[in-house]
Amino acid sequence: MSALFFYLFSAILLASAAAVVTSRNPVHAVLFLILAFFNAAGLFLLAGAEFLAMILLIVYVGAVAVLFLFVVMMLDVDFVQLREGVQKYAPVGAAVGAVLFGELWAVVLGWQASPGADSLQSSPTPANMDNTHALGQVLYTDYVYLFQIAGLILLVAMIGAIVLTHRRREGTRRQNITMQQTRQVSDTLETLQVRRGAGVQETGILRPKPDALPADKEHQHEHAVGDH
Amino acid sequence: MQQGALPVSLGSYLAVAAVLLVLGVFGIFLNRKNVIIILMSIELILLAVNINLVAFSAALNDMAGQVLAMFVLTVAAAEAAIGLAIVVVYSRNRGSIEVEDVNLMKG
Repeated sequence: MSALFFYLFSAILLASAAAVVTSRNPVHAVLFLILAFFNAAGLFLLAGAEFLAMILLIVYVGAVAVLFLFVVMMLDVDFVQLREGVQKYAPVGAAVGAVLFGELWAVVLGWQASPGADSLQSSPTPANMDNTHALGQVLYTDYVYLFQIAGLILLVAMIGAIVLTHRRREGTRRQNITMQQTRQVSDTLETLQVRRGAGVQETGILRPKPDALPADKEHQHEHAVGDH
Repeated sequence: MQQGALPVSLGSYLAVAAVLLVLGVFGIFLNRKNVIIILMSIELILLAVNINLVAFSAALNDMAGQVLAMFVLTVAAAEAAIGLAIVVVYSRNRGSIEVEDVNLMKG
C-alpha cells in the first residue's frame, strides 16, 4: 500500500517538476512548484520524516512559494519575451541533462553500502519515539551550534532582503524620534492674553504653532508672516 | 545493510531524486533569460538533495540526515529571499529581468 503511494507521489512530483521548468506562464510554474512540494512532503512522510514533511509544507509552500508568487505577480515584466531563446537552449540543456542523468543512473545502479556502514551512525534513530521527539533530541543537543548558526543565516537573509528592497520615497511622512524626544512644551503651546470677545484673526492665534512642525519650517514661517 | 522504514527500496528514492535534480538542471538551461524560473529550478535541485538525505536517513536509521536536510531547508529559504530581493531591485532599476543583460560589471 505505501509502495503504491510512493509511486503516486513520485509520479506527480516529477510531472509537476517538469511542468515548472517548461510552463509558459510563471504563475503556473509557481503553482506547479507548490504541487511538487506537496508531493515531496508525501515522500518524506512515507520515509518516516514527519517533522520535515510538515516543515516542508510550512516553509516552502507557506513562505517561499508565496514569496515567488508575490514577486511574479508584482514585477511588471513581459514574460513571453523572456521565453524567446527556449528553442535555442533546449538541445544544450537536454544534452547536459542526459549526461548528468546517465552518470547519476550509473551511480544509482552500481552503488552499494560498505559492510560497516551500520556501525557508523552518528546519531542513531531511537526506538519507541516519534520522529519529532527524536529530531528535537539530537537537534538541541549534538547540533545546537549548527542550529544557532542556521538561525543567524535566516536573520542575515532577512536583514539583507530588507536592506536591498527598501527605498526612501519622497513625500512620505516619517517618524523623527529625535525630534519627538527633544520637543518642548513651549514649542507647541503658547499662552496668550486674549481680550474678551476678540476673534481668532484679531488675536493672531496660529494653529499649529509655526515651530511645531520643523519638517515644513520655511513654509510655515512664510505662512505665519503672511498672516500677521 | 538493514532497510529502515522505507516503503520501497532505497534505490527508488535515489532514482526519483536523480530525475528531479536533472529536471532542475534542465530548467536552468531552458530558461536562460528568466531569473525567477532559474530560482525555482534551484529550489527543485535542493528538494532533490533533501529527498536523498531523508531517504538515506531512513535507510540507515540515522537522524543526522534529517538534521542536515533541515539545514538545507534553512539555506534554501534564505537563498530564495535574497535572490528574489535582488530580482526586485534589478527589475526596479532596469525594467527587465533578463539574465543576459546583467553585464554592468563587465565580469
